[in-house]
Amino acid sequence: MSDAVTPPAAVAGTGIQKRDIGIKRRYAAERRFRAYGLIAIALGILFLTALLYTVISKGYTAFQQTAISVPVTFSEKIIDPKGERAQNPQALMMANYPVLARNGLVRELGIDPKNKKLVSAAGKMLSAGSRVQLRDMVLADPSIIGKTLPVWILASGDIDSAFKGQVDLSVDQARRQVDDQQIAWMNQLAKDNILVKRFNTGLFTYGASSRAETAGVGVAIIGSLYMMGIVLVLALPIGVAASIYLEEFAPKNRWTDLIEVNINNLAAVPSIVFGLLGLAVFINFAGMPRSASLVGGLVLSLMTLPTIIIATRAALKAVPPSIRAAALGLGASRTQMVFHHVLPLAAPGVMTGTIIGLAQALGETAPLLLIGMVAFVVGVPASPMDPATALPVQIFMWANEAERAFVERTSGAIIILLGFLAVMNITAIILRRRFERRW
Amino acid sequence: MKTLRLTAAVLLASAAFAGAAAARDQVQIAGSSTVLPYAKIVAETFGEIFPTYKTPIVESGGSSGGLKEFCKGVGPQTIDIANSSRSIRDSEIEACAENGVTEIQEIRIGYDGIVFATDINGPDFKLTPKDVYLALAANIIVDGKAVANPNKKWSDVNADLPDWDINAYIPGEKHGTREVFEDKLLEVGCEEVGDKQVHIDGGMDKKAAGKACIAVRKDGGAVDIDGDYTETLARIDSNKTGVGVFGLAFYENNADKLKVATVNDIVPDTESIAAGIYPVSRPLFFYVKKAHLGVIPGLKEYVEFFTSDQMIGPDSPLAEYGLVSAPENEREDVRKSFTDGKLL
Repeated sequence: MSDAVTPPAAVAGTGIQKRDIGIKRRYAAERRFRAYGLIAIALGILFLTALLYTVISKGYTAFQQTAISVPVTFSEKIIDPKGERAQNPQALMMANYPVLARNGLVRELGIDPKNKKLVSAAGKMLSAGSRVQLRDMVLADPSIIGKTLPVWILASGDIDSAFKGQVDLSVDQARRQVDDQQIAWMNQLAKDNILVKRFNTGLFTYGASSRAETAGVGVAIIGSLYMMGIVLVLALPIGVAASIYLEEFAPKNRWTDLIEVNINNLAAVPSIVFGLLGLAVFINFAGMPRSASLVGGLVLSLMTLPTIIIATRAALKAVPPSIRAAALGLGASRTQMVFHHVLPLAAPGVMTGTIIGLAQALGETAPLLLIGMVAFVVGVPASPMDPATALPVQIFMWANEAERAFVERTSGAIIILLGFLAVMNITAIILRRRFERRW
Repeated sequence: MKTLRLTAAVLLASAAFAGAAAARDQVQIAGSSTVLPYAKIVAETFGEIFPTYKTPIVESGGSSGGLKEFCKGVGPQTIDIANSSRSIRDSEIEACAENGVTEIQEIRIGYDGIVFATDINGPDFKLTPKDVYLALAANIIVDGKAVANPNKKWSDVNADLPDWDINAYIPGEKHGTREVFEDKLLEVGCEEVGDKQVHIDGGMDKKAAGKACIAVRKDGGAVDIDGDYTETLARIDSNKTGVGVFGLAFYENNADKLKVATVNDIVPDTESIAAGIYPVSRPLFFYVKKAHLGVIPGLKEYVEFFTSDQMIGPDSPLAEYGLVSAPENEREDVRKSFTDGKLL
């Protein structure tokens, strides 16, 4: 509003005196408005800082996981008591591997192996995930049977929480998941550097688990990537084609107006409605598998389409008509005009819209609930047809867990999701900055 | 033009995908959020011990949601097992039959206790069904007339209770836990006080009287929690004089933050629930589609593994998490009725 700040006339006079009163008021209004703006921004920053602070202060510990170096004796008596592994390799799959880890820890701590109670308490300090870990070691190299090797075994979720100081040790030991004896052992091992915090790679590679220490967002990240891929492959070409037709070729009449109103409406439809649609059309009618990222991707594509169409149309509209006129004037066909001149100039806007649409789809949980993707999925999905979850779904599921160790993991997963979103949005900004043309 | 060709190719490809989606080699489960942690432990261990089968997929969604999905029909695009924290209703059996799901096997996995708990630093709470009814019912009988619940503090209900405003966080309507809460506390309390009889004498039939008994006050004294127990815990955290309703397993995992209340002077724990003396307990179930046995790989083995003593016995991972094991002969019955193919 350039006319609102016209400088007061410098000439003195009675008429000007009157106008001065109005100027004062307008300056005050201006100052007030600026103050409101500053307050609004300050509040926004305050909320954002509070959010980031709670998430990061609760979640940064999730990127470390306590592990114990246990001298594991791969005893043949336990792994293959009947000595049948040569004929029946299946025997190696079923063996009781957690006992190997427990016996190793019992030896390390110097506990009497006959004291059942202490042995079981020591065993509970180790993750039951040792079954898969030790089994995979044996399957990869059966010659280690009979040898003793030091193995880093994850501490159980309760020990992990206690070691990170998340358990209130002042309450009576009967009320906690870890007792005083286990705490004493923990401190003893920590002093010898046998129990240490290490970087938690499992958080990025494991699938869902009922044990906090072996729970990760691996499956969720892969599921989210599949869905993003499907959205990109489906929604981008369809959205761009639709907007080019509507913007450059379609006649302006009542029908196109109707379509435009509908697209704007669809962009505001709550996402759960798309989930219902996905359940009815893709699963019940088309017979696609439940919980698969393919269905999730299709549903999210439908949801993202209006966003992409609106952004693309805005970008196409921003290309000056002179470009079109020049192309047509030099004898280009309408299609050549669009693909050689208009679309390349609109591309940064299209890409920005697409990335923002993708980021929105990445954070969506509600539509996935109905198509069975809010689920406990352990196995890594090999293709988009396999069951998978998504990052926000994993956060939702962990937030509902009873164990203390999941609290930090929930925040940890939020940090990962925020990281992905930040990368996508920064990419959008960079693309816009680098390729944007101004006229 | 390139874009158009690409779009057409993608559409064709997705249509081809849809056709290929016939078979399924993984058990699919949905339902109760109370049973979910148990089902997760079993599914995970199952996947680790039987590497030939894929780990089953367990969805949440509440007992009613799971059974609804279960009753959608027979075939690989429908789920195989519905977890439930209450027994299946007749209306649900009918809905199932309408969609061709006629053969349902019921598996009872054990028991769960429902406990009242307050902040760890609060005073002792000793409740009875009568106290709960008088504190939380929408209408109670005063001088022979039904009036909106006038009790504001727990001490108004029972002088032995603390002088706290009534602020109870109870499971929302979609939870199976709510039904147990209504049957075992509100209705029992209503009968003990004699209010039910007054309702019936006042011209209501038995069903309407029962409904009047279990109606919960809406004036803020009782808050429905539609989320999980973590939400209830967060409410107690922020309101130190609140009283929350939890599952026993959840309470045991958070016993350093919560203090449990007795009901009829019985402390809820696995022993008192197994012995049947703690009044607010319930069996937990899952339902299996018989038509899927032998069709979905691993389904039969999963059920057998779940019902084995290795999983639901007194010294099992589920018991450690908080499931109250059924007595030996009952567990044996469950296994036998499954292998015999007994239907509902």
